[in-house]
Amino acid sequence: MTTGRVAIVDLGLGNLHSVAKAFERAGAKPVLSADPEVLLSADRLVMPGQGAFKECSHALAGEVGEAVRAWIDSGRPYLGICLGMQALFESSEEAPGEPGLGIFPGSVRRFSVDLRDESGVRLKVPHIGWNQIASTHPVFEDGAWYYFVHSYYCVPKDEALVVATTDYGGRFCSAIARDNVLACQFHPEKSQHAGVRVIGHFLGDVSWS
Amino acid sequence: MLAKRIIPCLDVKGGRVVKGVNFVGLRDAGDPVESAQRYSEGGADEITFLDITASHEERRNLFDLVDRAASTIAVPLTVGGGVRERQDVNELLHAGADKVSINSAAVADPSFVGEMAEAYGSQAIVVAIDAKRVPDVEGRWTVYTHGGRRDTGLDAIAWAKQVADLGAGEILLTSMDRDGTRDGYDLVLTRAVVDAVPIPVVASGGVGTLEHVYEGLASAGADAALAASIFHDGHYTVAEVKRYLLGQGVCVRPPEAD
Repeated sequence: MTTGRVAIVDLGLGNLHSVAKAFERAGAKPVLSADPEVLLSADRLVMPGQGAFKECSHALAGEVGEAVRAWIDSGRPYLGICLGMQALFESSEEAPGEPGLGIFPGSVRRFSVDLRDESGVRLKVPHIGWNQIASTHPVFEDGAWYYFVHSYYCVPKDEALVVATTDYGGRFCSAIARDNVLACQFHPEKSQHAGVRVIGHFLGDVSWS
Repeated sequence: MLAKRIIPCLDVKGGRVVKGVNFVGLRDAGDPVESAQRYSEGGADEITFLDITASHEERRNLFDLVDRAASTIAVPLTVGGGVRERQDVNELLHAGADKVSINSAAVADPSFVGEMAEAYGSQAIVVAIDAKRVPDVEGRWTVYTHGGRRDTGLDAIAWAKQVADLGAGEILLTSMDRDGTRDGYDLVLTRAVVDAVPIPVVASGGVGTLEHVYEGLASAGADAALAASIFHDGHYTVAEVKRYLLGQGVCVRPPEAD
Protein backbone atom coordinates (compact mmCIF):
# COMPACT_ATOMS: atom_id res chain seq x y z
CA MET A 1 0.00 0.00 0.00
CA THR A 2 1.33 3.42 -0.93
CA THR A 3 -0.06 5.54 1.83
CA GLY A 4 2.28 8.50 1.43
CA ARG A 5 1.85 11.38 3.81
CA VAL A 6 -1.59 11.92 5.27
CA ALA A 7 -2.54 15.30 6.65
CA ILE A 8 -5.58 15.74 8.88
CA VAL A 9 -7.09 19.21 8.88
CA ASP A 10 -7.24 20.45 12.45
CA LEU A 11 -9.82 23.20 12.67
CA GLY A 12 -9.55 23.21 16.45
CA LEU A 13 -13.16 22.08 16.72
CA GLY A 14 -12.92 18.82 18.49
CA ASN A 15 -11.02 15.75 19.28
CA LEU A 16 -9.19 14.32 16.29
CA HIS A 17 -7.57 11.63 18.37
CA SER A 18 -9.72 8.78 17.09
CA VAL A 19 -9.36 9.80 13.44
CA ALA A 20 -5.59 10.01 13.79
CA LYS A 21 -5.49 6.65 15.58
CA ALA A 22 -7.61 5.00 12.92
CA PHE A 23 -5.18 6.12 10.22
CA GLU A 24 -2.25 4.94 12.31
CA ARG A 25 -3.86 1.53 12.66
CA ALA A 26 -4.23 1.47 8.88
CA GLY A 27 -0.47 1.96 8.52
CA ALA A 28 -0.32 5.70 7.89
CA LYS A 29 1.51 8.32 9.94
CA PRO A 30 -0.93 11.19 9.89
CA VAL A 31 -0.02 14.77 10.77
CA LEU A 32 -2.63 17.00 12.36
CA SER A 33 -2.28 20.56 11.21
CA ALA A 34 -3.94 23.84 10.37
CA ASP A 35 -0.86 25.11 8.56
CA PRO A 36 -1.58 25.46 4.81
CA GLU A 37 2.03 24.57 3.95
CA VAL A 38 1.88 21.35 5.91
CA LEU A 39 -1.53 20.48 4.52
CA LEU A 40 -0.56 21.19 0.92
CA SER A 41 2.65 19.18 1.11
CA ALA A 42 0.84 15.93 2.00
CA ASP A 43 -0.25 13.20 -0.40
CA ARG A 44 -3.68 12.73 1.08
CA LEU A 45 -5.93 15.13 2.94
CA VAL A 46 -8.55 14.20 5.52
CA MET A 47 -11.05 16.65 6.97
CA PRO A 48 -12.85 15.13 9.92
CA GLY A 49 -15.56 16.98 11.68
CA GLN A 50 -17.23 17.24 14.96
CA GLY A 51 -18.91 20.31 16.24
CA ALA A 52 -21.11 22.88 14.64
CA PHE A 53 -21.32 24.17 11.06
CA LYS A 54 -20.99 27.79 12.19
CA GLU A 55 -17.62 27.29 13.88
CA CYS A 56 -16.49 25.15 10.97
CA SER A 57 -17.49 27.89 8.51
CA HIS A 58 -15.56 30.48 10.52
CA ALA A 59 -12.50 28.24 10.77
CA LEU A 60 -12.55 27.73 7.00
CA ALA A 61 -13.03 31.41 6.20
CA GLY A 62 -9.30 32.10 6.19
CA GLU A 63 -6.20 30.48 4.80
CA VAL A 64 -7.10 26.94 5.92
CA GLY A 65 -10.21 27.05 3.76
CA GLU A 66 -8.13 28.34 0.86
CA ALA A 67 -5.69 25.50 1.37
CA VAL A 68 -8.51 22.93 1.29
CA ARG A 69 -9.92 24.50 -1.87
CA ALA A 70 -6.47 24.52 -3.49
CA TRP A 71 -6.00 20.92 -2.45
CA ILE A 72 -9.23 19.81 -4.05
CA ASP A 73 -8.35 21.74 -7.22
CA SER A 74 -4.98 19.99 -7.31
CA GLY A 75 -6.69 16.64 -7.88
CA ARG A 76 -5.12 14.87 -4.92
CA PRO A 77 -7.23 12.52 -2.74
CA TYR A 78 -9.55 14.18 -0.22
CA LEU A 79 -11.63 12.43 2.40
CA GLY A 80 -14.28 14.38 4.28
CA ILE A 81 -15.90 12.90 7.34
CA CYS A 82 -19.19 14.14 8.84
CA LEU A 83 -18.76 17.94 9.05
CA GLY A 84 -15.84 17.51 6.63
CA MET A 85 -18.47 16.34 4.14
CA GLN A 86 -21.04 19.00 4.98
CA ALA A 87 -18.45 21.78 4.66
CA LEU A 88 -18.08 20.97 0.94
CA PHE A 89 -21.53 22.38 0.22
CA GLU A 90 -22.78 25.95 0.05
CA SER A 91 -24.83 26.33 3.21
CA SER A 92 -26.43 24.59 6.15
CA GLU A 93 -29.73 24.93 7.99
CA GLU A 94 -27.64 24.63 11.13
CA ALA A 95 -26.17 28.09 10.55
CA PRO A 96 -28.13 30.18 8.03
CA GLY A 97 -25.99 32.78 6.34
CA GLU A 98 -22.70 31.04 7.11
CA PRO A 99 -21.01 29.82 3.93
CA GLY A 100 -19.55 26.39 3.36
CA LEU A 101 -16.67 25.85 0.96
CA GLY A 102 -19.13 25.60 -1.91
CA ILE A 103 -17.10 22.99 -3.75
CA PHE A 104 -20.41 21.43 -4.77
CA PRO A 105 -23.79 23.11 -5.22
CA GLY A 106 -26.25 22.07 -2.56
CA SER A 107 -27.11 22.52 1.08
CA VAL A 108 -27.18 20.71 4.40
CA ARG A 109 -30.56 20.05 6.01
CA ARG A 110 -31.76 19.00 9.42
CA PHE A 111 -33.73 15.82 9.97
CA SER A 112 -37.39 16.65 10.49
CA VAL A 113 -38.48 17.14 14.09
CA ASP A 114 -41.30 14.69 13.46
CA LEU A 115 -39.23 12.01 11.79
CA ARG A 116 -40.95 8.61 11.71
CA ASP A 117 -40.14 5.15 10.45
CA GLU A 118 -42.36 3.11 8.11
CA SER A 119 -44.53 1.90 10.97
CA GLY A 120 -45.04 5.41 12.32
CA VAL A 121 -42.66 5.13 15.27
CA ARG A 122 -41.02 8.46 16.06
CA LEU A 123 -37.29 8.51 15.32
CA LYS A 124 -34.81 10.32 17.49
CA VAL A 125 -32.61 13.17 16.33
CA PRO A 126 -29.58 13.16 16.44
CA HIS A 127 -29.30 9.97 14.44
CA ILE A 128 -26.82 8.16 16.70
CA GLY A 129 -25.63 4.63 16.21
CA TRP A 130 -25.04 2.00 13.57
CA ASN A 131 -26.89 2.10 10.30
CA GLN A 132 -26.53 0.49 6.89
CA ILE A 133 -25.68 2.04 3.58
CA ALA A 134 -26.75 1.17 0.07
CA SER A 135 -23.87 1.84 -2.30
CA THR A 136 -22.35 0.71 -5.55
CA HIS A 137 -19.13 2.67 -5.01
CA PRO A 138 -15.89 0.63 -4.70
CA VAL A 139 -14.73 2.35 -1.49
CA PHE A 140 -17.91 1.55 0.42
CA GLU A 141 -19.63 -1.75 0.97
CA ASP A 142 -23.23 -2.13 0.01
CA GLY A 143 -25.16 -3.28 3.07
CA ALA A 144 -22.32 -2.64 5.51
CA TRP A 145 -22.95 -1.00 8.89
CA TYR A 146 -21.25 2.24 9.85
CA TYR A 147 -21.42 4.49 12.90
CA PHE A 148 -23.36 7.75 12.55
CA VAL A 149 -23.67 10.76 14.89
CA HIS A 150 -25.46 13.71 13.29
CA SER A 151 -28.62 15.79 13.02
CA TYR A 152 -27.89 17.25 9.58
CA TYR A 153 -27.32 15.66 6.17
CA CYS A 154 -26.15 16.86 2.75
CA VAL A 155 -28.51 17.49 -0.13
CA PRO A 156 -26.37 17.87 -3.28
CA LYS A 157 -28.00 19.65 -6.21
CA ASP A 158 -26.33 17.18 -8.51
CA GLU A 159 -27.74 13.81 -7.54
CA ALA A 160 -24.97 12.06 -9.43
CA LEU A 161 -22.63 13.01 -6.57
CA VAL A 162 -24.47 10.65 -4.22
CA VAL A 163 -22.74 7.29 -3.98
CA ALA A 164 -24.38 5.95 -0.82
CA THR A 165 -27.71 6.40 0.90
CA THR A 166 -29.01 5.38 4.31
CA ASP A 167 -32.53 4.95 5.64
CA TYR A 168 -33.60 7.04 8.60
CA GLY A 169 -37.21 8.02 8.20
CA GLY A 170 -36.53 8.03 4.45
CA ARG A 171 -33.28 7.77 2.53
CA PHE A 172 -30.64 10.44 2.94
CA CYS A 173 -27.26 10.93 1.27
CA SER A 174 -24.60 9.18 3.39
CA ALA A 175 -21.62 9.47 1.01
CA ILE A 176 -20.57 11.40 -2.08
CA ALA A 177 -17.72 11.01 -4.55
CA ARG A 178 -16.50 13.04 -7.50
CA ASP A 179 -13.05 12.74 -9.08
CA ASN A 180 -10.54 13.05 -6.20
CA VAL A 181 -13.14 13.93 -3.56
CA LEU A 182 -14.67 11.36 -1.29
CA ALA A 183 -16.84 12.18 1.71
CA CYS A 184 -19.08 10.33 4.10
CA GLN A 185 -21.56 11.33 6.77
CA PHE A 186 -20.68 8.37 8.98
CA HIS A 187 -17.48 7.88 10.96
CA PRO A 188 -15.15 5.26 9.46
CA GLU A 189 -12.85 5.73 12.47
CA LYS A 190 -15.62 4.44 14.76
CA SER A 191 -17.01 1.77 12.45
CA GLN A 192 -14.90 -1.23 13.37
CA HIS A 193 -13.70 -3.37 10.47
CA ALA A 194 -16.06 -1.84 7.91
CA GLY A 195 -14.61 1.56 8.74
CA VAL A 196 -11.03 0.32 8.66
CA ARG A 197 -11.67 -0.97 5.14
CA VAL A 198 -12.93 2.44 4.00
CA ILE A 199 -9.73 4.01 5.31
CA GLY A 200 -7.69 1.27 3.68
CA HIS A 201 -9.34 1.93 0.32
CA PHE A 202 -8.74 5.65 0.69
CA LEU A 203 -5.06 5.00 1.45
CA GLY A 204 -4.84 2.47 -1.33
CA ASP A 205 -4.34 2.81 -5.02
CA VAL A 206 -6.97 5.48 -5.53
CA SER A 207 -8.72 3.35 -8.10
CA TRP A 208 -11.94 4.99 -6.95
CA SER A 209 -10.98 8.35 -8.41
CA MET B 1 -32.71 1.25 9.79
CA LEU B 2 -30.86 2.25 12.91
CA ALA B 3 -29.62 -0.76 14.87
CA LYS B 4 -30.18 -1.33 18.57
CA ARG B 5 -26.82 -1.25 20.33
CA ILE B 6 -25.21 -3.82 22.63
CA ILE B 7 -22.80 -2.23 25.08
CA PRO B 8 -20.55 -4.19 27.45
CA CYS B 9 -19.66 -2.18 30.53
CA LEU B 10 -16.40 -2.55 32.42
CA ASP B 11 -16.01 -1.28 35.98
CA VAL B 12 -12.50 0.06 36.42
CA LYS B 13 -10.48 1.30 39.37
CA GLY B 14 -7.01 2.74 39.11
CA GLY B 15 -6.97 1.76 35.45
CA ARG B 16 -7.73 -1.90 36.13
CA VAL B 17 -10.88 -4.02 35.76
CA VAL B 18 -12.52 -4.35 39.16
CA LYS B 19 -14.17 -7.67 38.54
CA GLY B 20 -12.19 -10.04 36.38
CA VAL B 21 -13.35 -10.77 32.90
CA ASN B 22 -13.69 -14.43 32.20
CA PHE B 23 -12.43 -14.72 28.66
CA VAL B 24 -10.64 -17.80 27.50
CA GLY B 25 -7.06 -16.96 26.61
CA LEU B 26 -7.02 -13.43 27.89
CA ARG B 27 -3.45 -12.50 28.70
CA ASP B 28 -4.38 -10.05 31.42
CA ALA B 29 -7.90 -10.35 32.79
CA GLY B 30 -7.38 -7.11 34.66
CA ASP B 31 -6.57 -5.00 31.63
CA PRO B 32 -9.68 -3.10 30.50
CA VAL B 33 -8.18 -2.40 27.09
CA GLU B 34 -7.65 -6.04 26.28
CA SER B 35 -11.21 -6.85 27.32
CA ALA B 36 -12.60 -3.90 25.40
CA GLN B 37 -10.76 -5.02 22.33
CA ARG B 38 -12.14 -8.54 22.64
CA TYR B 39 -15.64 -7.19 23.02
CA SER B 40 -15.34 -4.89 20.02
CA GLU B 41 -13.91 -7.74 17.94
CA GLY B 42 -16.90 -9.82 19.01
CA GLY B 43 -19.37 -7.25 17.76
CA ALA B 44 -19.90 -4.83 20.65
CA ASP B 45 -21.36 -1.61 19.25
CA GLU B 46 -19.81 0.56 21.90
CA ILE B 47 -17.77 0.13 25.07
CA THR B 48 -18.45 1.78 28.41
CA PHE B 49 -15.90 2.23 31.19
CA LEU B 50 -17.29 3.09 34.59
CA ASP B 51 -14.56 4.41 36.85
CA ILE B 52 -15.10 3.78 40.54
CA THR B 53 -11.80 5.29 41.56
CA ALA B 54 -11.93 7.35 44.72
CA SER B 55 -8.66 9.23 44.80
CA HIS B 56 -7.48 11.99 42.55
CA GLU B 57 -4.12 10.29 42.00
CA GLU B 58 -5.77 7.22 40.56
CA ARG B 59 -7.65 9.36 38.04
CA ARG B 60 -4.42 9.72 36.10
CA ASN B 61 -4.57 6.01 35.44
CA LEU B 62 -8.03 6.45 33.98
CA PHE B 63 -6.84 9.04 31.48
CA ASP B 64 -3.98 6.77 30.45
CA LEU B 65 -6.41 3.90 30.15
CA VAL B 66 -8.84 5.90 27.97
CA ASP B 67 -5.96 6.98 25.77
CA ARG B 68 -4.80 3.38 25.29
CA ALA B 69 -8.35 2.13 24.70
CA ALA B 70 -9.07 4.84 22.13
CA SER B 71 -5.89 3.89 20.30
CA THR B 72 -6.88 0.25 20.21
CA ILE B 73 -10.60 -0.06 19.65
CA ALA B 74 -12.50 1.25 16.65
CA VAL B 75 -15.96 1.58 18.17
CA PRO B 76 -17.29 4.45 20.28
CA LEU B 77 -16.09 4.65 23.87
CA THR B 78 -18.13 6.08 26.74
CA VAL B 79 -16.49 6.88 30.06
CA GLY B 80 -18.27 7.70 33.30
CA GLY B 81 -17.75 7.81 37.05
CA GLY B 82 -16.46 10.69 39.13
CA VAL B 83 -17.00 13.33 36.45
CA ARG B 84 -17.39 16.48 38.52
CA GLU B 85 -16.23 19.45 36.53
CA ARG B 86 -15.50 20.72 33.06
CA GLN B 87 -11.86 19.77 33.40
CA ASP B 88 -12.85 16.09 33.85
CA VAL B 89 -15.01 16.15 30.72
CA ASN B 90 -12.32 17.92 28.75
CA GLU B 91 -9.57 15.54 29.81
CA LEU B 92 -11.62 12.43 29.07
CA LEU B 93 -12.65 13.65 25.63
CA HIS B 94 -9.11 14.75 24.95
CA ALA B 95 -7.82 11.32 25.97
CA GLY B 96 -10.10 9.80 23.35
CA ALA B 97 -13.51 9.16 24.92
CA ASP B 98 -16.36 9.76 22.50
CA LYS B 99 -18.91 10.36 25.23
CA VAL B 100 -18.64 11.27 28.87
CA SER B 101 -21.28 10.19 31.33
CA ILE B 102 -22.27 12.55 34.14
CA ASN B 103 -24.27 11.49 37.19
CA SER B 104 -24.02 13.15 40.63
CA ALA B 105 -22.56 16.37 39.23
CA ALA B 106 -25.63 16.82 37.03
CA VAL B 107 -27.95 16.52 40.02
CA ALA B 108 -25.81 18.88 42.07
CA ASP B 109 -25.87 21.47 39.30
CA PRO B 110 -28.19 20.79 36.35
CA SER B 111 -26.75 23.73 34.40
CA PHE B 112 -23.51 21.73 34.18
CA VAL B 113 -25.25 19.43 31.67
CA GLY B 114 -26.19 22.34 29.43
CA GLU B 115 -22.77 23.92 29.66
CA MET B 116 -21.03 20.69 28.70
CA ALA B 117 -23.45 20.04 25.82
CA GLU B 118 -22.86 23.57 24.59
CA ALA B 119 -19.10 23.20 24.84
CA TYR B 120 -18.66 19.70 23.44
CA GLY B 121 -21.91 18.93 21.63
CA SER B 122 -24.87 16.90 22.88
CA GLN B 123 -23.50 13.78 21.22
CA ALA B 124 -20.64 13.75 23.73
CA ILE B 125 -22.72 14.18 26.88
CA VAL B 126 -24.54 11.28 28.51
CA VAL B 127 -26.46 11.70 31.75
CA ALA B 128 -26.46 8.59 33.91
CA ILE B 129 -29.58 8.18 36.03
CA ASP B 130 -29.64 5.67 38.87
CA ALA B 131 -33.32 5.17 39.67
CA LYS B 132 -35.00 3.23 42.46
CA ARG B 133 -38.66 2.45 42.97
CA VAL B 134 -40.46 4.36 45.69
CA PRO B 135 -41.87 1.64 47.96
CA ASP B 136 -45.63 1.19 47.80
CA VAL B 137 -46.09 3.82 45.12
CA GLU B 138 -46.85 2.41 41.68
CA GLY B 139 -44.90 3.91 38.79
CA ARG B 140 -42.67 6.24 40.76
CA TRP B 141 -38.90 6.14 40.96
CA THR B 142 -36.46 8.56 42.53
CA VAL B 143 -32.93 9.42 41.49
CA TYR B 144 -30.01 8.21 43.58
CA THR B 145 -26.50 9.60 43.48
CA HIS B 146 -23.08 8.83 44.95
CA GLY B 147 -23.06 5.27 43.74
CA GLY B 148 -26.62 4.63 44.85
CA ARG B 149 -26.10 5.73 48.44
CA ARG B 150 -28.01 9.02 48.40
CA ASP B 151 -31.70 9.44 47.59
CA THR B 152 -32.13 12.86 46.01
CA GLY B 153 -35.92 12.66 46.10
CA LEU B 154 -35.97 13.77 42.45
CA ASP B 155 -38.57 12.05 40.31
CA ALA B 156 -36.64 9.95 37.79
CA ILE B 157 -38.98 10.58 34.85
CA ALA B 158 -39.09 14.33 35.44
CA TRP B 159 -35.31 14.38 35.80
CA ALA B 160 -34.88 12.47 32.55
CA LYS B 161 -37.02 15.06 30.75
CA GLN B 162 -35.09 17.88 32.35
CA VAL B 163 -31.66 16.61 31.31
CA ALA B 164 -32.91 15.99 27.77
CA ASP B 165 -34.14 19.61 27.67
CA LEU B 166 -30.78 20.76 29.01
CA GLY B 167 -29.00 19.17 26.07
CA ALA B 168 -27.94 15.69 27.16
CA GLY B 169 -27.44 13.51 24.10
CA GLU B 170 -28.34 10.24 25.73
CA ILE B 171 -29.56 8.77 29.01
CA LEU B 172 -27.91 5.82 30.68
CA LEU B 173 -30.70 4.48 32.87
CA THR B 174 -29.82 2.05 35.65
CA SER B 175 -32.42 0.40 37.83
CA MET B 176 -30.99 0.25 41.34
CA ASP B 177 -33.63 -2.36 42.23
CA ARG B 178 -32.44 -4.68 39.49
CA ASP B 179 -28.73 -3.95 39.34
CA GLY B 180 -26.81 -7.11 40.17
CA THR B 181 -29.95 -9.27 40.51
CA ARG B 182 -29.97 -10.93 37.07
CA ASP B 183 -33.76 -10.60 37.17
CA GLY B 184 -33.89 -8.49 34.03
CA TYR B 185 -34.20 -4.77 33.36
CA ASP B 186 -36.93 -2.78 35.11
CA LEU B 187 -39.08 -2.72 31.97
CA VAL B 188 -41.74 -0.39 33.36
CA LEU B 189 -39.14 2.18 34.36
CA THR B 190 -37.31 1.85 31.05
CA ARG B 191 -40.50 2.23 29.00
CA ALA B 192 -41.55 5.25 31.06
CA VAL B 193 -38.24 7.03 30.38
CA VAL B 194 -38.14 6.00 26.70
CA ASP B 195 -41.62 7.47 26.23
CA ALA B 196 -40.74 10.64 28.15
CA VAL B 197 -37.63 11.79 26.29
CA PRO B 198 -36.71 12.47 22.64
CA ILE B 199 -33.11 11.24 23.08
CA PRO B 200 -31.73 7.67 23.09
CA VAL B 201 -32.04 5.64 26.29
CA VAL B 202 -29.54 2.96 27.28
CA ALA B 203 -31.08 0.34 29.58
CA SER B 204 -28.91 -0.94 32.41
CA GLY B 205 -29.16 -3.07 35.52
CA GLY B 206 -30.34 -6.63 35.92
CA VAL B 207 -29.53 -8.55 32.76
CA GLY B 208 -29.13 -12.27 33.38
CA THR B 209 -30.40 -13.91 30.20
CA LEU B 210 -30.74 -13.37 26.47
CA GLU B 211 -34.48 -12.85 26.94
CA HIS B 212 -33.77 -9.95 29.28
CA VAL B 213 -31.80 -8.16 26.59
CA TYR B 214 -34.62 -8.77 24.13
CA GLU B 215 -37.24 -7.43 26.55
CA GLY B 216 -35.26 -4.28 27.27
CA LEU B 217 -34.92 -3.46 23.58
CA ALA B 218 -38.18 -4.79 22.16
CA SER B 219 -40.72 -4.47 24.98
CA ALA B 220 -39.35 -1.47 26.83
CA GLY B 221 -38.09 0.20 23.64
CA ALA B 222 -34.58 1.05 24.82
CA ASP B 223 -32.17 2.14 22.09
CA ALA B 224 -29.28 0.22 23.58
CA ALA B 225 -28.70 -2.52 26.13
CA LEU B 226 -25.82 -2.23 28.55
CA ALA B 227 -24.68 -5.31 30.42
CA ALA B 228 -21.70 -6.32 32.48
CA SER B 229 -21.65 -9.65 34.24
CA ILE B 230 -23.32 -11.79 31.55
CA PHE B 231 -20.41 -10.92 29.31
CA HIS B 232 -17.64 -10.87 31.92
CA ASP B 233 -18.68 -14.20 33.41
CA GLY B 234 -18.44 -15.75 30.00
CA HIS B 235 -22.12 -16.76 30.02
CA TYR B 236 -22.71 -15.19 26.66
CA THR B 237 -20.61 -13.53 24.02
CA VAL B 238 -21.76 -10.35 22.35
CA ALA B 239 -22.10 -12.35 19.13
CA GLU B 240 -24.42 -14.86 20.83
CA VAL B 241 -26.61 -12.06 22.16
CA LYS B 242 -26.78 -10.52 18.71
CA ARG B 243 -27.58 -13.76 16.94
CA TYR B 244 -30.39 -14.36 19.42
CA LEU B 245 -31.76 -10.85 18.87
CA LEU B 246 -31.56 -11.21 15.09
CA GLY B 247 -33.52 -14.44 15.43
CA GLN B 248 -36.16 -12.54 17.37
CA GLY B 249 -36.42 -9.93 14.62
CA VAL B 250 -34.58 -7.17 16.48
CA CYS B 251 -32.48 -4.92 14.25
CA VAL B 252 -28.87 -5.18 15.41
CA ARG B 253 -25.57 -4.88 13.57
CA PRO B 254 -24.67 -8.51 12.84
CA PRO B 255 -21.35 -9.83 14.20
CA GLU B 256 -18.86 -9.37 11.36
CA ALA B 257 -17.76 -12.98 11.23
CA ASP B 258 -21.29 -13.98 10.19
